[in-house]
Amino acid sequence: MAELKYNKDGRLLFTKEMKKEYTILMPQMLPIHFEMFRQMLLLEGYHVEQLNNDSRNVVDEGLKYVHNDTCYPALLVIGQFMDAIKNGGYDPHKIALFITQTGGGCRASNYIHLLRKALEKAGMGYIPVISVSFGLESNPGFSLTVPLMRKLVYGMMYGDLIMNVKNQVLPYEVNPGETNAMVKHWIEKLVDRFQHGKGMNRPEMRKGFDEIIADFASIPVEQTEKVRVGVVGEIYVKFSSLGNNHLEDFLLSEGAEPVVPGLTDFMIFKIYNRVVDVDIYGGKFAKKELCLFMMDYIKKCQHDMIDALNKSGRFRAPGDFEKLRELVQGYLGEGCKMGEGWLLTAEMLELIHSGTNNIVCAQPFGCLPNHIVGKGMIRALKDNYPNSNIVAIDYDPSATKINQENRIKLMLANAKGLAKAQATAHA
Amino acid sequence: MSYRIGIDIGSTTVKVVVLDAENQLLFRSYERHFSKVREKTCEILKRIAPEYAGEQVKIVITGSAGLGVSKASGIDFVQEVYATAAAVNAYVPDTDAVIELGGEDAKIIFFGGALEERMNGSCAGGTGAFIDQMATLMNVSASELDELSLKHEKIYPIASRCGVFAKSDIQPILNQGGRKEDVAASIFQAVVDQTIAGLTQGRELKGKIVFLGGPLHFLMGLRERFVVTLKLDEEHAIFPEDGDCFAAMGAALCATDYEAKNFDEALTLLEDSRNAVTSLDTAPKLFASQQEYEDFCARHNAQHPPEYDIATYEGDAYLGIDAGSTTTKLALIAPDGGLLYTYYHSNMGNPVSIVRQQLDYIYQAIGDRVTIRGSAVTGYGEDLIKNAFRCDLGLVETVAHYNAAAHFNPDVDFIIDIGGQDMKCFKIRNGAVDSIMLNEACSSGCGSFIETFARALGYEIADFAKLGLFAEKPVNLGSRCTVFMNSSVKQAQKDGASVEDISAGLSISIVKNAIYKVLRMSSADELGKHIVVQGGTFHNDAVLRAFEQELGRNVIRPTIAGIMGAFGAALAAKKLHLERSTLLSPEELKSFVHTAKPVTCNGCTNHCSLTVNTFDGGRRFISGNRCSKPLGGKKVQNPDLMKYKYDKLRALQGRGSGTGARGRIGIPFALNTYENLPFWFAFFTKLNFEVVLSPESSRKLYLKGQRTIPSDTVCYPAKLVHGHVVSLVEQNCDAIFYPCMSYNFDEGISDNNYNCPVVAYYPDLIAANIPMLNENRVKFLHPYFGLHRPHDFEKHAAEYFLTMFGIPKRETVTAARAAYKAYDAYKEDLRHTAEQYIQQAREKGMPIMVIAGRPYHMDPEINHGINDLVTGFGFVLITEDAVAWKEDKEARRVLNQWTYHARMYNAARYVCTQPDMELIQLVSFGCGVDAITGDEVRSILEKGGKLYTQLKIDDISNLGAVRIRIRSLLAAIEARRAQNA
Repeated sequence: MAELKYNKDGRLLFTKEMKKEYTILMPQMLPIHFEMFRQMLLLEGYHVEQLNNDSRNVVDEGLKYVHNDTCYPALLVIGQFMDAIKNGGYDPHKIALFITQTGGGCRASNYIHLLRKALEKAGMGYIPVISVSFGLESNPGFSLTVPLMRKLVYGMMYGDLIMNVKNQVLPYEVNPGETNAMVKHWIEKLVDRFQHGKGMNRPEMRKGFDEIIADFASIPVEQTEKVRVGVVGEIYVKFSSLGNNHLEDFLLSEGAEPVVPGLTDFMIFKIYNRVVDVDIYGGKFAKKELCLFMMDYIKKCQHDMIDALNKSGRFRAPGDFEKLRELVQGYLGEGCKMGEGWLLTAEMLELIHSGTNNIVCAQPFGCLPNHIVGKGMIRALKDNYPNSNIVAIDYDPSATKINQENRIKLMLANAKGLAKAQATAHA
Repeated sequence: MSYRIGIDIGSTTVKVVVLDAENQLLFRSYERHFSKVREKTCEILKRIAPEYAGEQVKIVITGSAGLGVSKASGIDFVQEVYATAAAVNAYVPDTDAVIELGGEDAKIIFFGGALEERMNGSCAGGTGAFIDQMATLMNVSASELDELSLKHEKIYPIASRCGVFAKSDIQPILNQGGRKEDVAASIFQAVVDQTIAGLTQGRELKGKIVFLGGPLHFLMGLRERFVVTLKLDEEHAIFPEDGDCFAAMGAALCATDYEAKNFDEALTLLEDSRNAVTSLDTAPKLFASQQEYEDFCARHNAQHPPEYDIATYEGDAYLGIDAGSTTTKLALIAPDGGLLYTYYHSNMGNPVSIVRQQLDYIYQAIGDRVTIRGSAVTGYGEDLIKNAFRCDLGLVETVAHYNAAAHFNPDVDFIIDIGGQDMKCFKIRNGAVDSIMLNEACSSGCGSFIETFARALGYEIADFAKLGLFAEKPVNLGSRCTVFMNSSVKQAQKDGASVEDISAGLSISIVKNAIYKVLRMSSADELGKHIVVQGGTFHNDAVLRAFEQELGRNVIRPTIAGIMGAFGAALAAKKLHLERSTLLSPEELKSFVHTAKPVTCNGCTNHCSLTVNTFDGGRRFISGNRCSKPLGGKKVQNPDLMKYKYDKLRALQGRGSGTGARGRIGIPFALNTYENLPFWFAFFTKLNFEVVLSPESSRKLYLKGQRTIPSDTVCYPAKLVHGHVVSLVEQNCDAIFYPCMSYNFDEGISDNNYNCPVVAYYPDLIAANIPMLNENRVKFLHPYFGLHRPHDFEKHAAEYFLTMFGIPKRETVTAARAAYKAYDAYKEDLRHTAEQYIQQAREKGMPIMVIAGRPYHMDPEINHGINDLVTGFGFVLITEDAVAWKEDKEARRVLNQWTYHARMYNAARYVCTQPDMELIQLVSFGCGVDAITGDEVRSILEKGGKLYTQLKIDDISNLGAVRIRIRSLLAAIEARRAQNA
């Protein structure tokens, strides 16, 4: 049985023994991506389990253990952990928890502390919490090594590509269920490759991309025009169906095609922030160079993806990170980095520029950065792009679904009106 | 062409219209549906069936509650804002904007160019339901409220964000004798402000404006407020005859695009959908059996004091009055605590007349047999009642409640009181109040909410509560603020929940709110072993049961739970050991007269809304004041560092020691400026700029920028920035300087030195949302700067000011160095002054209050004069930054990464080491970061044996609530001192 060890500030550590004995629980956000990540971690010898519990009890546990004015994502992530610990049949003395810690001036960097407070409150302060971050907290039993990071980048790239093509096929599929079956098929296939040490270098990834694209392109689709709706927002609420009341499903049921920008840009953005920090405020040259190097690598991977999509002639490719940077000029400074920072506005711009004028900006109620980069920029976007059709939706534990859906419906009604007007103008 | 039928199902009403081929109205109806949406819709359609049966009709549903009906029946749906826009296009061409208020929705549609449509976010409550709620609060109908409003003389500022806030503003005005007419008009004004603040989001409301929706159709007073506020003339304010049915008419117009159906078929579709079952989120039953309920009652009914017959009793008695926010309670007790008479009733917005009637009754009943030897009053209306009837003692509610609880269980260690509007909880340790938790503005109103709801459904509160006891499937309604609960209830109704299930659900919600939102507890053990519950809301057995269920523990509810405040006051009156009370005698009572007149005090910049109460014989009582000035006395000024800092900063404008030759540079006096102004002032004057500071904040200044605020849930300090920037543009500066700053100064007491996201990036938001800035009247400079690395700052600033103004680099570097020096000197001066204040306090034996907040909380428009209030209670006031430096860095249980918050943690730690210091934390409503800091500061203080008091402040804050908190704190300090003596 692993011994409980603490660092000098009294923080419970995740030790090497724990790595052998403990099961690490991971909250859900992006099912495709997270399954890849889990596989990568398994390969590194961590016993990781993915949580998928999403009953009402998740929210109730969150309300119980987290200050109710704290943002909704914290409440859900912590609620999901607490619900799983209490009802998931785990031995609480044999588990540890993974949580990401992005750092930065947003409240989100405090989730890990709120999680620890919740555990203490529940009398389970003995459960170690592992920060997945760039050097904010270290643990002897876990480290984000360079090889592991590289693997995770590949997981992310595959995840983004699959999500992208899935979204472009699913709304139009002739045989219901076929697209999701293809997603499942590819996750399994990739996991098998990873286990054999394959698929995790750029040439193999490029090959994989082509195969995935070809497979998804082969799914029979109807030739109908659907309204495309972009989804941007605070990262958790944007991606997690638990956070956004199954937004993508709702959009699909309304006959729209959801367009969800991937995770890659967010990762590059977070690294790029460190570069910008050095430029604006000063700092170590070496740090900047290292960040530039990492960025460069991910950007190359991103280009592989974009190229593969463009080559297919079948799928739309997203703009790259440099394109996003360029678009946001005149709206926000590059120093605006907390939360999703300027990236959120840039994603809206990219959507508009690529013909997706209709956008849902999803955010937790009272989200601080979103006051600026979400709601705060809609006015300027509307002025510069009169046809943009953006609706900001707040999510929290008791915002009613009916209210949210009614507002999205208004946006969709506008979208259809706009499409009609444009069609008339062309005719 | 077939007939077109539009059905608009809103949150409270159903509207049905029939249009002919020429878009003429053939039929229209507007009726309340009392949550029976499908039934009501069918009923109306059946009524017109004789005319349309057998006809081909095109039928479309719209409205917030229409979605469900549409889904269940398969009849087509259009979104209501879209429908409204269609109707306006057809019936009122050339419209520039539409304002539509519905039961729960508020909408604005802008025409001209691309159509822009806005709906209120899920937080906004300034709608029809809000008006109904306020009317109930004032005990009038909505139309009576309307009539009252037309006779107003003045407008009180009332929070326009949501119903709960407004309620906490209105209640004290009523309790202090404000005129109903004025309050009524103020409520409508709040709705207007809410609509404009929440929905225009940077676009100006001008031109021809069409007003639609039920409330604007029926309420003339509301119309008047809109017209006056928007400065519209008759040609530009259009109130269409069928304005209440426009969405339905729009739906009918939209129906053109849909397939026609046979009328009878459509009706059948609707009727069949009536029984569609939807799933509901439910909670466990409250009582499994009648027997269980009876045992429960027996257990609680055992807790009761003896009762004496007032008609025969002879001897001494003590009177306690609890003038609560919505109810007035009285208790007349014998020396042994036995009850002679009790009274509990809604105060109908006029506590004075209620108390008068009751005193009349008591005097008659007791005749000459009883001597009232003492009288005490507590609650919101304490001051007013005490002055009106000359009571012997006024005491703060928390103390009254503890007195009462201790009477039933001397070992009580936890008391929770849920009243009409306030939720008070406190722990008792060593016989003294140890920590006080009050509901923050956002979750208040629980008790009166259930009452409002009961009445809306046509029940008396007692009957309504009983309904829930044996509900089969109590609805889960969530645990956020009442506005959210309101829409949760509506949704449950739409989903077919019974009144019983809703009643039980509401009770459970109140309990969850109390436990998780106010107390933030995760287990019963955290509360205590001997829990006493009180307050009128706990008279509701369903609430009590839900509370015990949620805690998994039995609690004590005395039979007099509703009048515990009055009972505790009576006990306190007894402790005075008087021969005879000074209470008005029966004779004096006969000639008792009370009139109340509202006035605005112009004694200082606070401009308090005062109510002058005049009683018979020229006795006067003034309420609503923050300081003693309007009372005729001289304003006594205890040392106040907040004020000192503020005055010092305001003086930093002009040319300083420079020439001003480079032009006038404007700096908005908001957010970070409250910290960094000494730096920038030195910097710019050294560069020979003249520094123009925006004017002092005020409500007027806020309104100036209000319509450019894009996010209505951001904190008030941020909202104020808009007004400051607009006024700087008007002052014809050459440039406005407002830098973005991710980081603040690094004071070495935290892991990082961030600003919060709003403070950091608000300048970018301002640039994107204030159109005036793009009109080339002024340069708006909002570069990214970091002051935490002086050397890098010099470099970057030199670059920047060379580019922007052609200033030689060397000059900028020199200015930067002077700026750092000036900032250090400012800090040094503050610390020095604080030391002096502390010394003065100690020489005179005065307690010291550390107000811990953000630097911008010193803005009187933001803190509403809380500093005056604190010093008025005899404290010497200093601020967190004056003591934070005395502690070094220590590991925290949260990520300690914000400069301002690190100061609060350290200030709290320092206060713990000083026996004569207390701390109050100021928190802006909507400040997400303080959800984290609040808990941490609390834990530091509690660990150090200090009391934690948090004051939440918003655009309007009634100081009545703040006063209670401060007095509770004072009483607790007092009790603690007595304990130690």
